[in-house]
Amino acid sequence: MPKDNGIGASPKRREDVRFLTGAGNYTDDINVHGQAHVHFLRADVAHATINSIDTSAAEAMPGVVKIFTGADFAEVGGIPCGWGVTDRHGNPQQEPRHPIIADGTIRHVGEIVAAVVADTLEQARDAAEAIELDLGDKPAVVDMAAALGDGSTKVHEDLTSNLCYDWVFGNDDDAAVQAAFDSAAHVTTLELVNNRLVANPMEPRVAIGEYSRGSDEYTLHTTSQNPHVIRLLMCAFVLGLPEHKVRVVAPDVGGGFGSKIFHYAEEAFCTHAAKACGRAVKWTSTRSEAFISDAHGRDHVTKIELALDADNNFTALRTNTLANMGAYLSTFSTSVPSYLHGTLMAGNYKTPIVQVNVKTVFTNTVPVDAYRGAGRPEATFQLERVIDKAARELGADPIALRRQNFITQFPYETPVALTYDTGDYVATMDKLEQVADVAGFAARRAESEAKGKLRGFGVNCYIEACGIAPSNIVGMLGARAGLYDAATVRVNATGTISVFVGAHSHGQGHETSFPQVVAEMIGIDESMVDIVHGDTGRVPFGMGTYGSRSIAVCGSAMVRATEKIIAKAKKIAAHLMEASDADIELKDGQFTVAGTDKSVAWGDVTLTAYVPHNYPLEELEPGLEETAFYDPANFTYPAGAYACEVEVDPDTGKVSIERFSAADDFGNIINPMIVDGQVHGGLGQGIGQALLENAAYDADGQLLSASFMDYAMPRADDVPFYQVDHSCQTPCTHNPLGVKGCGEAGAIGSPPAVVNAVVDALQSAGKDVTHIDMPLSPARVWAAMNG
Amino acid sequence: MYEFEFEKPSTVAEAVAALADEEAQALGGGQTLIPTLKQRLAMPSKLVSLTGIAGMSGVSGGDGVVSIGGATTHAEVAAAAAGAYPALAALAGQIGDPAVRNRGTIGGSLANNDPAACYPAAALGSGATIMTSTREITADDFFQGLFETALEEGEIITAVRFPVPQKASYQKFLQPASRFALVGVFAAKFTAGVRVAVTGASEEGVFRWNEAEAALDANFAPEALDGLSLDAGGMIADLHGSKEYRAHLVGVMAKRAVAAAG
Ligand SMILES: Cc1cc2nc3c(=O)[nH]c(=O)nc-3n(C[C@H](O)[C@H](O)[C@H](O)COP(=O)(O)OP(=O)(O)OC[C@H]3O[C@@H](n4cnc5c(N)ncnc54)[C@H](O)[C@@H]3O)c2cc1C
Repeated sequence: MPKDNGIGASPKRREDVRFLTGAGNYTDDINVHGQAHVHFLRADVAHATINSIDTSAAEAMPGVVKIFTGADFAEVGGIPCGWGVTDRHGNPQQEPRHPIIADGTIRHVGEIVAAVVADTLEQARDAAEAIELDLGDKPAVVDMAAALGDGSTKVHEDLTSNLCYDWVFGNDDDAAVQAAFDSAAHVTTLELVNNRLVANPMEPRVAIGEYSRGSDEYTLHTTSQNPHVIRLLMCAFVLGLPEHKVRVVAPDVGGGFGSKIFHYAEEAFCTHAAKACGRAVKWTSTRSEAFISDAHGRDHVTKIELALDADNNFTALRTNTLANMGAYLSTFSTSVPSYLHGTLMAGNYKTPIVQVNVKTVFTNTVPVDAYRGAGRPEATFQLERVIDKAARELGADPIALRRQNFITQFPYETPVALTYDTGDYVATMDKLEQVADVAGFAARRAESEAKGKLRGFGVNCYIEACGIAPSNIVGMLGARAGLYDAATVRVNATGTISVFVGAHSHGQGHETSFPQVVAEMIGIDESMVDIVHGDTGRVPFGMGTYGSRSIAVCGSAMVRATEKIIAKAKKIAAHLMEASDADIELKDGQFTVAGTDKSVAWGDVTLTAYVPHNYPLEELEPGLEETAFYDPANFTYPAGAYACEVEVDPDTGKVSIERFSAADDFGNIINPMIVDGQVHGGLGQGIGQALLENAAYDADGQLLSASFMDYAMPRADDVPFYQVDHSCQTPCTHNPLGVKGCGEAGAIGSPPAVVNAVVDALQSAGKDVTHIDMPLSPARVWAAMNG
Repeated sequence: MYEFEFEKPSTVAEAVAALADEEAQALGGGQTLIPTLKQRLAMPSKLVSLTGIAGMSGVSGGDGVVSIGGATTHAEVAAAAAGAYPALAALAGQIGDPAVRNRGTIGGSLANNDPAACYPAAALGSGATIMTSTREITADDFFQGLFETALEEGEIITAVRFPVPQKASYQKFLQPASRFALVGVFAAKFTAGVRVAVTGASEEGVFRWNEAEAALDANFAPEALDGLSLDAGGMIADLHGSKEYRAHLVGVMAKRAVAAAG
């Protein structure tokens, strides 16, 4: 019988009731008395000098409260970058000022040039049209290789070049690495592009700034994955406000996928403008604005080389990547192509030598930052593509070649700085072969061929580092923040519990899964437990939700706090039963004294904590509330193996995904249904990247796919019914729940399987195609077949 | 959106009068016009809704002709024309999504003449007649290039008369993002001859593929198109496909249309 309560049960997501019945409370649902509206005048050219801005006519327009330009923010700090990467020569990354409003130069289409605050949004838009701009056009820097060329126009005049950093990781002895390649029996080389993506959460970004003259306090409601981080960055680096005077609330948030981690100019603007205007100021992004102002994801160009010995053992791996930063450094931008990518280049394999070279580049495009997977999909894609290519070149079975090179001993120290605590890649591959019915593929291919279609099978493995992160380690690597999390467990007199968690749920289902853990530990029904999240005014602290860290890090803090609660409750129970603390046991919400029939219920103990008439007041404080901060000892390492089966229409190049199978090892699982959902969503996004999505710029720095007319999002009929299995479980060895995280696996692990499958399909028809860059649109596949 | 006045007349004559104002514009289902207004790309002084005019919506038929009111929604055509002209109904049923089909109208689609729209292929491929507030225009004369038609200022499409062919089919290859036609081919066999209209492909908008028509006149079978190819020169090239790809797809979709027409 499956459990119906606690860890391992699959209760339906309680938050869905309000989401699906229109009772959610998203930021745009909030309207503050007397609020004004801001419209941002955004650059429609990629690179220009602002010779002058004349706002006088606009200021006289009806309803205008105030108009802001770059000059109004000259004294205010720029948006900070949260990670400082040191380059191969020991120098810091180049870090340009990232102004709230463009100060003298426009550096990407979509950059804010002026902000008009007015009584109504339409008035603000009308007035924005009356602003006169005199621009001096400059050549747009778009192509990364060209941006690094001699004589390229500079995106930032005050930097020495368009290079942000030139970084090497892993084995940095070039001669030793080259020697490994020179002595290899076989070298496979692949050049590939990891396509730029737009996150496109269903809810666009929204910000409402408020200021109370009476208390000198600010409130910012914003669509954020991490309100405490926003408060810290905005107060300490941008606006110079005391943190205790600022409350940041992220209520219901309709998806983020990374794009709502970062501190954005619009948040700082609305907070600042609320005081300057003496009114609350609200901004709701349009979808068109989102395309040109939300941080984009991916955008790497890579050359990867894999060396093998005569027995097909991997002996060395070398990569050279150009990674696009866009025009400015978004909050975690510099960490993504470096530490979130380079550390994963060993993958699931015991390759002894790994060298990762990355140059990050400024261009006149929207800033690029973390997007579901953040660095790990880029690493996985290169590695799993080059392995597949090697297998084809060598005539080896792609699964066997992977198996042969799997890491099998744990803990395993990789050449790229990580120590994998546990895993079983053989088990997930075994499971995959079964779930994907590898044995039945030949028959399915024959069926497809009988219909005139080509059928291909592609497999890949992935490993990710989740649960970011041990603060001391990331601090050494350049993180300018700690990456612990926090939880407060507040037990009420009647025994119900509110857990205040630093993680933020914006689709992950925390409101369901977190209470399952606390309910399990105490042995009460999970309906007695709620979580509170997304409000710096209520939650003590938190680093937020990204990097599949919520249950592994914040969940661990919640376990620690609950352990403290249980320890204290046992003392109260011991007092009530006149027994020793050490003899108290808690099971199913009942405290008992070992070896006796004495018992008191959870509710008796909680009531006693708040009505301490019969209570050891000299030893124990009344009340029942505990806080814990948890800093993980290591990353967690979810891993697995994925398989994709495609049909390709040889007449049109159209790819359809016929089967997709996933065998994941997420360690212990709290709510299997939610885990399925997370994998499904991730697979949808990975398939979207592989087949459909493409943020393409033209040479002038105009985004060609700036709306859903040209930016193809995956739709329900683009994806198959998935076979998802997470029965292989090697529990994480260093966190109390043994959990690893499951939020990004699908997006990380699926693109290479799709491309591998398409290449397999085309080769089955004798086409000499070894690679196609994503997205594998019909046009690209057809061109590859007929090229 | 800029401010505008709104009128919802109940007769064609009133609509024509309302549209006489300078900068007045007809509003069908608004599926093209409203997004344009929201982006402030148009500034009409007045919108004249055509959806309250009795007699301008609905599907009627007889004598080998299906007549569709200019304000008839795609959803209604998909449902009501399914018996009389299945290929046309199927085309309407593949436009956009249910919301678009429940609002968007045939008149709006034809008047807009988006180079990737579906209805223009049906109208041209069927040799339809566009009935307006002032005259009748044959489809061959109506479409005049990207977003260009024979309509005069203030002229309203009141109905479209489709001769019903013996066999017909529309085959649409989806543009992956918008799901408009990357290439769509409407092939129709009449006793008088075959008509093949192509949308999505050409820089000149919807067009008839005369060579294919001639080949199919001789033999209405997919093989009849073997060896025929279109010059890629005038084709559209964009993020979703090159000129060559579109030219190739026209051939593929034409064969599929003929095969599906049976
Ligand atoms: C998400 C989406 C997907 C779509 N997918 C497709 C698709 O796959 N295939 C496809 O073909 N189309 C597609 N469309 C377009 C859709 O079919 C529109 O409905 C159509 O193009 C315009 O019709 P409308 O009635 O909405 O016209 P409106 O938007 O109201 O008007 C469009 C233009 O036509 C004029 N006009 C309207 N009615 C008349 C009339 N009776 N006489 C004269 N002028 C008139 C208006 O003044 C305006 O200039 C899609 C639209 C959307 C929003």
